[in-house]
Amino acid sequence: MSAGPSLGLVVQMGLKSLWMHKVRSLLAGLGIVIGTAAVISLLTIGAGSRKEALEAIKALGATNLIVASVKPPQDSSDATRRARILKYGLTWEDYERFAAIPTVWRALPIRAFPAEIWYLENKFDGRVVATTPRYAEMNRLHLLSGRFLTDRDEDTFDNVAVLGFDVARELFRYEDPIGKSIKMGNHYYRVVGVMDYRIPSAGIGGSLAREDYNKDVYIPLSTCRARFGAWIIDRRSGQFTAEELELSQVTLSVRDVDDVRPTAAILKTLLEKYHDQPDYQITVPLDLLEDAERTALLWAVFLGVVAGISLLVGGIGIANIMLATVMERTREIGIRRAIGAKQRHIAQQFLVEAVILTAIGGVVGLVLGVVTPELIAFVADALFDYQVRTQILWWSLPMAPAIAVVVGVLSGLYPARRAALMDPIEALRHE
Amino acid sequence: MTVQPSQITERERQPDAGLQTSGEPVVRIVDIHKDYYLGSVVVPALRGVSLEVYPGEFIAIMGASGSGKSTLLNLLGCLDRPTRGQYYLGGRNVANLSDDELSEIRSRYIGFIFQSYNLIPQLTAFENIEVPLYYQGNVSPESKQRVVELARLVGLERWLNHKPTQLSGGQQQRVAIARALINDPYIILADEPTGNLDTSTSYEIMKLLVQLNDMGKTIIMVTHEPDIAAYAKRAVHMRDGKIIKDEPITQRRVTSDGPVPAGAQLTASAGQDAGE
Ligand SMILES: Nc1ncnc2c1ncn2[C@@H]1O[C@H](COP(=O)(O)OP(=O)(O)O)[C@@H](O)[C@H]1O
Ligand SMILES: [Mg+2]
Repeated sequence: MSAGPSLGLVVQMGLKSLWMHKVRSLLAGLGIVIGTAAVISLLTIGAGSRKEALEAIKALGATNLIVASVKPPQDSSDATRRARILKYGLTWEDYERFAAIPTVWRALPIRAFPAEIWYLENKFDGRVVATTPRYAEMNRLHLLSGRFLTDRDEDTFDNVAVLGFDVARELFRYEDPIGKSIKMGNHYYRVVGVMDYRIPSAGIGGSLAREDYNKDVYIPLSTCRARFGAWIIDRRSGQFTAEELELSQVTLSVRDVDDVRPTAAILKTLLEKYHDQPDYQITVPLDLLEDAERTALLWAVFLGVVAGISLLVGGIGIANIMLATVMERTREIGIRRAIGAKQRHIAQQFLVEAVILTAIGGVVGLVLGVVTPELIAFVADALFDYQVRTQILWWSLPMAPAIAVVVGVLSGLYPARRAALMDPIEALRHE
Repeated sequence: MTVQPSQITERERQPDAGLQTSGEPVVRIVDIHKDYYLGSVVVPALRGVSLEVYPGEFIAIMGASGSGKSTLLNLLGCLDRPTRGQYYLGGRNVANLSDDELSEIRSRYIGFIFQSYNLIPQLTAFENIEVPLYYQGNVSPESKQRVVELARLVGLERWLNHKPTQLSGGQQQRVAIARALINDPYIILADEPTGNLDTSTSYEIMKLLVQLNDMGKTIIMVTHEPDIAAYAKRAVHMRDGKIIKDEPITQRRVTSDGPVPAGAQLTASAGQDAGE
């Protein structure tokens, strides 16, 4: 029995046929190119944003609970609002109550408000974060130089400040800030430390605002109470608002993940009991994490469906065009049969053509799929200042073109069979 | 380089193929019937045809349109199976073989020449001549050399890299003839080989076929033109699916070179531009 043409020869002949019908081959392959590129791009961007969300949530700590003050919805008119100072939010009493919950082993009070920060004649619009020495540790912040706040600062009501990365860079440029004096409100503070750069955390849905630690200045809470009083007056950029706010946030830590939900329930009860307006919000990172993971699963299912549909459409396109090709090349099939090609040689020829088409389409799609998300991220950053995170899923790189080839085989089978089963005499008579 | 006849005609015969030609008829069909079915209507295209063809013959099958010439040629070419009757090709009954076996027979023992040349458009002349070897898995440096020799034999050695669309009708038919020769087949079947060509090109093609026949090739040609049939040695006339007359051609047309003893012609033609 004869061996038939070698695979190399069949591929070579297939390439010649595809090259002969360039436009048609291009159109047929396009579906696969787009399908593969879409799958890889979506996976890359999906994985990137998922990773970003998970990182942001993990940075908050799975065993943490965050209670934040929020400005309650205002029903009064502009006139009355201007007339009085708005009093809302968490109080020191709340803080004491939280700290007394048995499952809570650490409670971190924070009072944060926008402020102008001065060094000589340089001004920076930043944020004062009055807190305790544990803040750095609980938020996983790292020092660039100097030291963070200490218990002694707290006890002695010292005017010391630790600068966020941007604050230090903008105010001091080439000088070393350590030991220098900055002015906030009516008081001067001695800089004792500078924090390292920290990528701003993403906002997560409506439940968590985007946080930029680099524009913060940290001072001891005791100092803040003594120097700034109970009112927070914002005079930045010519505006004037005044609020009375004791604490902007309390971060609570429990020892065990299992304690998170019961603690949250107690928190809710306490807050409902002592606050007659909804001027607080409880954020449970653990819940966010589970939400995010559920979203990730949904996203994966959605992507799977999109991938399936796009490759199905690509496959139908290939099948369709291969079928048209078979019909158009009926005579060629007759010739090949007359000069000795067996049915399987004909089937092989068209199948190989379909697979070459999808394989090339798959590889081009792969390259496009890797490049496109980077391009999207670049354009989004350059034009809209919007950060798109990308993360290439390495398993998707060989998988997508492999699936494309499988689609090629499946969609090539029927046209190849049609070609193989043609009657040689009929085929030769075909015009 | 001088091409020896042995290089053109010699090939590795499959010992298991069991085909022999010496002294025996290369083709023997016995009471062949072929019916076509158009729905419930039976169209009897061949109604008991018997024929013996001996090696070296040049037969013209003639007859009116619809008399069954093409049907007979397709059966002889193993493109189809008879409804009834026997077909011995080189002594082997091939009337009831499977599709694969028929393909194998076509691949090894039969060369086709068609009215409309039937070259594969995306392949060059060289590749078109070579294609039959693809299906035997038989492409080698020697076979490539053989393609070149055949191209030289049909006078196309300078056109080997051209696609069919870049060739004239006569040139395309020469490529087709070279392709029909690449397997060194037992029989060459030609269905109206000059049907699409003008008179002078027809003459050139017939001259080439006569030359091949003189080299020992067995040729069976369908034509309805007596002028063309006159190049053959034997005329088989058909009507209504039957052979009505089978006779030698007495007033055979000669090509300008005249019939030349086999072997000498091949050497002269194929090796004309090479030194001894
Ligand atoms: N595939 C077919 N189906 C039905 N009838 C056919 C088919 N092929 C040929 N015939 C019929 O068989 C007869 C012989 O046809 P054919 O061999 O082509 O004749 P010729 O080549 O001598 O013109 C004609 O009547 C033709 O109509
Ligand atoms: Mg006919």
